[in-house]
Amino acid sequence: MSAPVSDGPMQEPSDPEGSRDPVDPLHFSPRAFARARRRASLRDFWRAFRSDRLAMAGLITLLGFVVLALIAPWISPESGLSVTASGGNPRWASPSWDFPLGTDHQSRSGAAQFVWGSRVSIFVGLAATVITIAIGSSVGIVAGFFGRWTDAVLMRITDWFLVIPFLPLAIVLAAVLDRSLRNIILVIAITSWPATARLVRAQVLTVKQRLYVDRARALGAGRAHVIRRHILPNVAPLILANVTLAVPISILTETTLSFLGLGDPTRTSWGKVLEQAQTEGAVLRNAWWYYLPSGIGIVLVVLSFTLVGRALEEILDPRLREDGR
Amino acid sequence: MRLRFVIGKIAGALGTLAFVLVFNFFLFRVVTDDPIGRLFRGRNLTPDQIEAKRQQFDLDGSQFEQFIAYLGQTIKGNLGDSILSGRPVSTEIGEAIWPTVFLVGTAAVLSMLIGVFLGIHAGWRRRGRLDASATSFSMFTYSVPDFWIGMLLLAVFSIQLDLLPTGGFETAGSTRTGLAALADQFVHMLLPCLTLTLAYIGEYMIVMRSSIIDTVKEDYLQLARAKGMREAEVRNRHAVPNALLPVVSLGALNFGYILSGAIAVEAIFSWPGLGQATQEAIRGPDFPMLQGLFLVTSASLIVANLLADLLYGLLDPRVVGR
Repeated sequence: MSAPVSDGPMQEPSDPEGSRDPVDPLHFSPRAFARARRRASLRDFWRAFRSDRLAMAGLITLLGFVVLALIAPWISPESGLSVTASGGNPRWASPSWDFPLGTDHQSRSGAAQFVWGSRVSIFVGLAATVITIAIGSSVGIVAGFFGRWTDAVLMRITDWFLVIPFLPLAIVLAAVLDRSLRNIILVIAITSWPATARLVRAQVLTVKQRLYVDRARALGAGRAHVIRRHILPNVAPLILANVTLAVPISILTETTLSFLGLGDPTRTSWGKVLEQAQTEGAVLRNAWWYYLPSGIGIVLVVLSFTLVGRALEEILDPRLREDGR
Repeated sequence: MRLRFVIGKIAGALGTLAFVLVFNFFLFRVVTDDPIGRLFRGRNLTPDQIEAKRQQFDLDGSQFEQFIAYLGQTIKGNLGDSILSGRPVSTEIGEAIWPTVFLVGTAAVLSMLIGVFLGIHAGWRRRGRLDASATSFSMFTYSVPDFWIGMLLLAVFSIQLDLLPTGGFETAGSTRTGLAALADQFVHMLLPCLTLTLAYIGEYMIVMRSSIIDTVKEDYLQLARAKGMREAEVRNRHAVPNALLPVVSLGALNFGYILSGAIAVEAIFSWPGLGQATQEAIRGPDFPMLQGLFLVTSASLIVANLLADLLYGLLDPRVVGR
């Protein structure tokens, strides 16, 4: 991650071929040089990622679910979720040709709920993670970079959030707010940013000590410039790995909150399907088609994100590679 | 030095607890400008009733006076009355807390013992067969919602095989006493406890495993081998005691996770604990009850963390010295 300084600028770019402006080994512009090197490291990264078979399986599964979520309106009309539009269907029907995943207590198609549920679960997971990472990274960078009392105050707040049991906090917050997708996303973000903040802060503290930061400062760079050009690029890989590892937590939290009845009542998510299965006694009725698909969907998506995240972390953080966790 | 460490930790815990109290107070009164309307959402109240409720919940006076009144009541153990049952929140929680302590305590001990045991052996023989399967297992359980494991176990053991009861704390209307009653409760606790144990073995396993892996490289293990100690002895007498340290602090943290996990799992098995109380309070919604539950779970977790910190200080003198 310290690549920008350790490779001197006089070194020849590893892959001059194929770049738009041909790079002359003696008179290349810094920009062309940077572009060539970025491309080369991206290719190395992809090669390392591809060699991890589990991570590739995770990536492919994920892409499959994302496509499913995106094309939901075309493969399964939204009316399949409406109780009134499903009036003619049998209730509690086991899987058949017409209803591949059976029907529920209100005769709605299980397949429609599975497809549309993937949409909400994945969307909430991603949106909550983006906000979580944004808050966590900002707090971590500000605390680590400015130090002193800013650091002390921010870390005190972070620690408080880390000590408080996460789910009960999310429950009281969600219970006070109105039930909507936006609020669920906010609640997840508010309760899960502290871990990211701690991680990013630690990384900023080590980057801040590097020689090139001192050099930039000595040359008259302002704080904003140092953060943007030196701190951020060096913390970014860590943040990226953290994103893929934070999505599973967001999805699982959404599932649990929905299961407890705190989800948006107008949207079908996998957690909400499980909630209905529970309140309607699907397990006791042996209606396995009601609670198995959503659960399997959650496990597959979460597991895939975890596999991809671990591979990213391993590639981006060489320390992990050496002791081969 | 030692006293200062202890006092510092206790002061930190008290500070966190104070923060919880402030948060709890403001969450329910400041986030909404109309607490009574929010508390009794969807019910029509006459102005007289609203006034009575205002008095009941100490909503008169300035924000600061309200806060002082709230603090005084909380310290006396008065957490207000539950909206659903009309009984004091403290009584409701007092009744629900024991089944949860019983369930979560058993699951915590079991998952810790099994997880630590698996972690030791997986880390000691890294990349061995046990390591591979234990790591995959913990990756899997990490990805599954705890309550869904409960649903599956319920479907298999209570519905398909019809071996175990489907839920509750004991057989309804049971007149059993003594040992027979205890056996009945044990049978009822099996599935919820198994659910939580399965869900949290992985966390302990992963931490113990990486801790052992860090220890394996230490010189004193080579020395012990050079002295002619057998491998199992090197592991159990030298590696394990040192590697156990991180598990201590994880223990407290995990206690919180298991407690949280129990919220949804209890609902599956109709286990009459804090989790089921939480779920009923959400459906109400019963805000005084939710507030009380949040306070109790937070406080118990803060105490658990404090104990873990102090224990850590006792086991590892380096922590205290710093």
